[in-house]
Amino acid sequence: MNPRYILGRIGLWLSVFVIVSPAILFFLWMGSLSLKFEIDNASYPPVFFPEHIAWKNYADVFASNRFLTYFTNSLVVTGCATALAMLVGVPAGYGIARMAAHKSAIVILIARITPGLSYLIPLFLLFQWLGLLGTLVPQIIIHLVVTVPIVIWIMIGYFETTPLELEEAALIDGATRWQVFRHVALPIARPGLAVAFILAVIFSWNNFVFGIVLAGRETRTLPVAVYNMISFDQLSWGPLAAAALIVTAPVLLLTVMAQRQIVAGLTAGAVKGG
Amino acid sequence: MSVVTQTEPAATTENVAPAREWRPPSYWPFVIPALVVVLAVIIFPWVFTIWMSMQEWKVGSPTTFVGLANYLRLPTDPRFVEAVGHTLSYTALSVLLPLVFGTLAAVVFHQKFAARGFLRGIFIMPMMATPVAIALVWTMMFHPQLGVLNYLLSLVGLPPQLWVFNPTTVIPSLVLVETWQWTPLVMLIVLGGLAAIPTEPYESAQIDGANFWQVFRFITLPLIMPFLFIAGMIRMIDAVKSFDIIFAITQGGPGSASETINVYLYSVAFVYYDLGYGSAIAVVFFLLIVALAALLLYLRKRLLWTSQLGSDA
Repeated sequence: MNPRYILGRIGLWLSVFVIVSPAILFFLWMGSLSLKFEIDNASYPPVFFPEHIAWKNYADVFASNRFLTYFTNSLVVTGCATALAMLVGVPAGYGIARMAAHKSAIVILIARITPGLSYLIPLFLLFQWLGLLGTLVPQIIIHLVVTVPIVIWIMIGYFETTPLELEEAALIDGATRWQVFRHVALPIARPGLAVAFILAVIFSWNNFVFGIVLAGRETRTLPVAVYNMISFDQLSWGPLAAAALIVTAPVLLLTVMAQRQIVAGLTAGAVKGG
Repeated sequence: MSVVTQTEPAATTENVAPAREWRPPSYWPFVIPALVVVLAVIIFPWVFTIWMSMQEWKVGSPTTFVGLANYLRLPTDPRFVEAVGHTLSYTALSVLLPLVFGTLAAVVFHQKFAARGFLRGIFIMPMMATPVAIALVWTMMFHPQLGVLNYLLSLVGLPPQLWVFNPTTVIPSLVLVETWQWTPLVMLIVLGGLAAIPTEPYESAQIDGANFWQVFRFITLPLIMPFLFIAGMIRMIDAVKSFDIIFAITQGGPGSASETINVYLYSVAFVYYDLGYGSAIAVVFFLLIVALAALLLYLRKRLLWTSQLGSDA
């Protein structure tokens, strides 16, 4: 334990502290805002730890008659969009990896580069023409723009690294390609499935731009609902912050719990939707 | 685009070679469902957008073919020209700042220390959190009278700012949010690069008595350059398209001081319902992103070329 080593350690921890504090302080402040009565939120200098904790902000959000509807909408849209994406995207990733059809990845690249809004104009017209506006179907379909490329991209990367020997052996023993996929390739790729699933869920849950155009009063997802609250009551910060925290809490929990998978997925694919 | 395709061509060909014999059409059934979905939600909108961009198409009135008139309108539309300027300055700042901070953070996270995984999880929370929820809290923090940011400024003796309520500071303020949000992604990519660096150069540098800065400047930085480039590319694509944060905090205001192309596109298409013109903006916007990406690729080639020239001399 020479002094130079100790100095180095202190320096390291100091830098870690500096680097992590913007994230920590922000979310602590978010929590603080959500737990204060208006009188504390409107005071200057700001109060960090209130004397009285306003649990009622959360109670208000949950009690508001539409919150449950919006929450269900978010669950349905994200759930369906992710499930459909896994259903078509996982086999596609497998097929592309086995055919070594790397050129097909260019479509995913284009999808990655294209701004989300440019999908909205034609699909908005299409949904209007089909009479689907006012239901959740348009949002489920358009969220596929986000989820399908993520799933395909991550699964290509995954199936390319899984060994071929087992699959060849199964084929020689007379298994069909579907059986090989279902019973050999898929079980090995389980960690990859988890990565694709988690990222698809997060980016679909967070999506905002599709909702503001396609959602009506009854079909809003949570991010859109929160945005509408901003313009609605600008001045009651407590309930607003509580709503914001409730919306993003599932994602934050998932991030901390599954950070290993998320890091693996993001550095491998580096895809983001929208 | 991806780290995987960059680093793995050798491994891939090795794996795939024996597969060649039993390759043809039988893998197609796996791809067809996804192909249908991609055709419906990605290819169809693209083709339709290009077609629509050549129509005078407003919701509620009949459409007429106008050729390239919508495109010719763009350079004479002051709001569009201004939006291009806002987008470029917003993008330049939102690429550079996360690159600098992300690299520094990666160097720190490359060291070994207790609870590193957990702290990394905390560190990446800003980019995974729901952007609208984040934007809402930043809006409160930017508040000129009650916001916590002006309080923090007052603690270090700086005068209060108007942040997003002042046309001259609105873009830097939004970039602050974007930097806070996306520095973690740069950190993760660079961290992957640091993990791939061999230890030999460091050992010989230590023997030669190089200091920390020299090691970083002459060994680490050149070796992580490819990863910095990928991070910069991804950051550029995302920053150009940035919508949620800008829209939720300022809606392009005050006035149109923070109106980027994407925000203007939203107004044209879904506030004024001028779908033909909106489609033309979407097409030009996409071409702009491709052009920026091509420019970055070209710059990298030039950079590689000059650095090789330097080492030859």
